[in-house]
Amino acid sequence: MLLKVLLSLLGAACLTISSAQAQLSIEITGAGAQRTPIAVAPFAGEASLPPSISTIIRGDLERSGLFRNLEVPALNPALTEASNISYADWRARLADALVVGSLVQLPGGRFETRVRVDDVVKQTRLGAVALPTSKENMRAVGHRAADYVYEKLTGEKGVFSTLISYVVKRGNAYELQIADADGVGDQTILKSNEPIISPAWSPDGKRIAYVSFENKKPVVYVHSIADAKRTVAANFRGSNSAPAWSPDGSRLAVTLSREGGSQIFVMAPNGSGLKRLTSSQAIDTEPRFSTDGRWLYFTSDRGGSPQIYRMPATGGDVQRITFEGSYNVTPRPSPDGKTLAYITRNGGKFQVAILDLANRQTQIISDSDRDESPSFAPNGRMILLATVINGRGVLSAVSADGRVKQRLTTTAGDVREPAWGPFID
Amino acid sequence: MKTNILPIIAATSLVVLFAACSTTPDADKPGAKPDAAAAPAPEATARKSAPTVDLTARGKDGSAMLKDPNSPLSKRQIFFEYDKFEIKAEYKGLVEAHAKYLRENPAAKMLIQGNADERGSREYNVSLGQRRSDTVKRALILLGAKDSQIESVSLGEEKPVCTDHAEGCWSKNRRDDMLYNGEY
Repeated sequence: MLLKVLLSLLGAACLTISSAQAQLSIEITGAGAQRTPIAVAPFAGEASLPPSISTIIRGDLERSGLFRNLEVPALNPALTEASNISYADWRARLADALVVGSLVQLPGGRFETRVRVDDVVKQTRLGAVALPTSKENMRAVGHRAADYVYEKLTGEKGVFSTLISYVVKRGNAYELQIADADGVGDQTILKSNEPIISPAWSPDGKRIAYVSFENKKPVVYVHSIADAKRTVAANFRGSNSAPAWSPDGSRLAVTLSREGGSQIFVMAPNGSGLKRLTSSQAIDTEPRFSTDGRWLYFTSDRGGSPQIYRMPATGGDVQRITFEGSYNVTPRPSPDGKTLAYITRNGGKFQVAILDLANRQTQIISDSDRDESPSFAPNGRMILLATVINGRGVLSAVSADGRVKQRLTTTAGDVREPAWGPFID
Repeated sequence: MKTNILPIIAATSLVVLFAACSTTPDADKPGAKPDAAAAPAPEATARKSAPTVDLTARGKDGSAMLKDPNSPLSKRQIFFEYDKFEIKAEYKGLVEAHAKYLRENPAAKMLIQGNADERGSREYNVSLGQRRSDTVKRALILLGAKDSQIESVSLGEEKPVCTDHAEGCWSKNRRDDMLYNGEY
């Protein structure tokens, strides 16, 4: 019931914020086994600048799958970060944590959002923060506040302020879009009549590399988001595809067929300093750097079926990583480097699996059957993926433990090729 | 050895073709010598126009042949079995016809777009399509076409000709499309 209310609230917020019909809507289809009950009180003064901060915080926390929002009645006077908290009252409401705050108008027409987080069980204040606020950045401030709350309560960084990108296909029109991690505020950064695949965020979040077929063949571009400047990164004879950024942003790994077959090369993002890294008679593609920059994971059929391998990021001895099954592709190392997400064929299904690189245990974490393009959130908690539900391409997000599940759909067409952007400071 | 002879034959016939071209206009050049004033000569008989045997026709009208439904050259698609990349026997004649055309039309350029069915990873499917287009490119080169004439690329699973999610469609999507310059 509460969830329904929250979702409809979120829906209402979405409607007021964006008029684009293509906007993704989120449906929560699975939650964590143990969710922390949390009370997010309405912020004092928040009605003056919609959408309300507390609503954004609640929506973000709920979607993380780690929290369960408790209903909080309207309090009069509203609680603020300066209020005396009666921990016993909030314990009686079964809250483990409490978030209070206010939206304050400052001299000169500026606003400030103040957020305070308390551990109700331990009866201590965990922290408070003040965020500069204006009419234009309300949603961003809400996500920042949610990130703050999330970090105070879990000890890890929140990803509510991050962006995602994905491709929407309507008929023969393709749009590369970016949006907030909750799917709100979508913007089209590229429109084309030819396919666009494999978007990859630069580590600074300012550029996206992708493959466009606008020249009747795959060509790798680097697209600067703020000024819409596109540069050709790889347009060699043959096919150019599968761009992956090195963690420091100085190099792009790509798959090129210029010397025959599909082989992995590395170069500067402007295409200079090209160096071949693999030399096999097989397909070598889908390179991905490990977060520490030491390894390149990739897909190869050198063993007879497509499997995941890795090699030093500068090239060298190749090590096979996956062994079970006859189709394991699209390696995505987790941000902490401990696990690897990839797509495995399981019977006739294509599903997201997680491999623990230390103990070699694998677990299939999705329950859909045409999964593609898994993409880790920068904190490693969730994985965004593309799948097909009822014949329509949708995005889905699943927690790394497989428990929390969400679906992001749009009525406007097929959504595919998701990529979760980096932390932005 | 056999494969090495083909380009030589092609090259030789090209020399002949080009030689024929360049001699024809020479014969028509007006005499440029200024000493015609010396003595009146009998009036020259205008030479009747001689019909031309045009060996270049095949080349010149090639683009028409490419679109002529009666020519094998109008057929541009080669289909592949699931997870397979070799050219099936039924396409041998087609590949030979295109190789011959490329041999005889050195200015002709071809783009081969390999394609895969929709199952599995988009990027891996780009590589599967590439393997299919590389295979046909290699066959054309073995039959005498020049490497510089042919670019083999892949569209992966992105350009299906059939969109049902079943083998009936998938088999139509595992294909190479051959395009000549002017068509892409």
